[in-house]
Amino acid sequence: MYRYDEFDHAFVRERVAEFRDQVERRLSGALTEEEFRPLRLRNGLYLQLHAYMLRIAIPYGVLSPRQLRQLAYIGRKWDRGYGHFTTRQNLQFHWMKLVDVPDVLAALADVEMHCIQTSGNCVRNVTADPYADAANDELEDPRPWCEILRQWSTLHPEFSWLPRKFKIAISGAAEDRAATAFHDIGLRIVRGPGGKNGFRVLVGGGMGRTPYVGQEIRSYLPKEHLLSYIESILRVYNLFGRRDNIHKARIKILVNQLGIDTFRDAVEADWEATHKTAIDLPEDERRRIMSYFAPPELPEQPARDGALAARRETDPAFAGWYKHNVLPHRVPGYASVVISLKEPGRTPGDASSDTMDLVADLAERFGHDEVRVNYTQNLVLPHVARTDIPALYDELAAAGLATGNNELLGDMICCPGLDYCNLANARSIPIAKEIAKRFEDPARQELIGDLRLNMSGCINACGHHHAGNIGILGVDKKGTELYQITLGGSPKDDAAIGTIIGPGFRAEAVPQVIDTIVDTYLEHRDEGESFLDTWRRVGAAPFKEALYGAG
Amino acid sequence: MPNVITANRLTDGVVVYLASNGQWSEQIANARVADTDEETKALEAEAENAVRERRIVGAYPMPIALRDGAVDPLSVRERIRAAHRTTLTKDWYDVPL
Repeated sequence: MYRYDEFDHAFVRERVAEFRDQVERRLSGALTEEEFRPLRLRNGLYLQLHAYMLRIAIPYGVLSPRQLRQLAYIGRKWDRGYGHFTTRQNLQFHWMKLVDVPDVLAALADVEMHCIQTSGNCVRNVTADPYADAANDELEDPRPWCEILRQWSTLHPEFSWLPRKFKIAISGAAEDRAATAFHDIGLRIVRGPGGKNGFRVLVGGGMGRTPYVGQEIRSYLPKEHLLSYIESILRVYNLFGRRDNIHKARIKILVNQLGIDTFRDAVEADWEATHKTAIDLPEDERRRIMSYFAPPELPEQPARDGALAARRETDPAFAGWYKHNVLPHRVPGYASVVISLKEPGRTPGDASSDTMDLVADLAERFGHDEVRVNYTQNLVLPHVARTDIPALYDELAAAGLATGNNELLGDMICCPGLDYCNLANARSIPIAKEIAKRFEDPARQELIGDLRLNMSGCINACGHHHAGNIGILGVDKKGTELYQITLGGSPKDDAAIGTIIGPGFRAEAVPQVIDTIVDTYLEHRDEGESFLDTWRRVGAAPFKEALYGAG
Repeated sequence: MPNVITANRLTDGVVVYLASNGQWSEQIANARVADTDEETKALEAEAENAVRERRIVGAYPMPIALRDGAVDPLSVRERIRAAHRTTLTKDWYDVPL
């Protein structure tokens, strides 16, 4: 994984000192709240319902055990002993005190972490496939490219005050596991002419109050031109993106107002007019960054393990967990293991400090010192020898971390909602918990199969409800929390925005509503059909009828 | 409609209410109730002073109901703020303030 060089160390330490001074000036009265607010936001610090919230960057979702232990320590010492993993592969602490934050940032800097680019109108933390360098369908590891973009974008003088925030995701695999179509820029590594890898570039995707699926601006971009081309996209956006209306300021609005062809022409014209070679990364530097992402040494293991097979035969709980949470690895004898943070009854995406410490230990014992955060709010050990899987499972099960629901209905994405967030209109966590309780039976989830259920507590869509096969959006209607249901969204290669199925429902009705939708799917599905397949074949009518009655 | 003034404390962000004794209390039960627009404006002026003195941030009047003499927030949001916790009272990590 990437290691800080001297520049990185010095830069992050300087930022900590700078913010410590800014906090002191705020407390002394030298800065008003209006002056201080943009400064704290540039360090990931928000003021929410109950306290300050600190959003910590986890670049492309990659953590070392040392870093995860430090997050556990921070949670214990300065928060309430738990944190919340987000859909941008970051971690939020929701109970921070302003006076403590400089010390927290210093503790983060001790382990090469920070909160830069987790807030504000800049290029945010770049996200990636959580199974990078592990998945068996990967063309190329996206993480070095994420790191290149991180270094390029941090303190970029031209792009530090964009019209609005800017999110980039990169996937290097056949399957899109980074929701690239729902990003301001989505990058897919593809095989190009002559078998050379390059990028398929999507632009103008996003969620929020005006959701769009990203459109292709370039089917193939040679890798060496990534920085110059991305810079041209950002320059066109920076010049022409709206700054008069926050709701119309994202690049998706510009792309869709101009049309993708006009937008592409503007980008290409800028790209031609600027000096690509002056901006593109020198080959030596690219190699230097790549070298930090050398694959771990994975000693040869038997491709099949008798003990593992026997455990699957004799232990149904293990077999169920294995089926969904153990994923194929590029190296025979290894697997990636998803540690579900979605045990029924717990808040989706939350992890206690004890959990973080345990996962750090397990990553050292079984996972070649790597942990990943995926955007569906779980943790991943990307490189586990298959012979170690039963022992790993036993440790996870003892800690309540062996819920075998990866990509099933219980694996809900859920934003913090009105329990924490200043922007939220409605609670999402209690609804998620009630739904989890309703579908607690693993056999029922197994019968339903893969189903992405996403929930947001407001239209800003941090919970990706637009991209859920079933989406739930909490709204405030005259002081009452109401939940609007969308169906048919997808975050994957067949990216789609869900359709609002009808009038919203009160909180207490939502679990039954989800039950009815699921039953309607099961009633109508043909053999082997996923929820999306059935939805696309039968349309909204049977679901509407089941929910609202005929006529 | 009666109002109380609420804000977040500057140093730690904790939810507070302007109390009868002029202090900022974490307990909504201590909040001073303004029954008229004029009384609300007077409390807002006190809050502005507290902002200048860097005791609080983001003060605003919050509509309430009085039930048996007790202050009761009207919205879900304000009930959650007044409780100083999430709604997850049975959670394994939920600890008192």
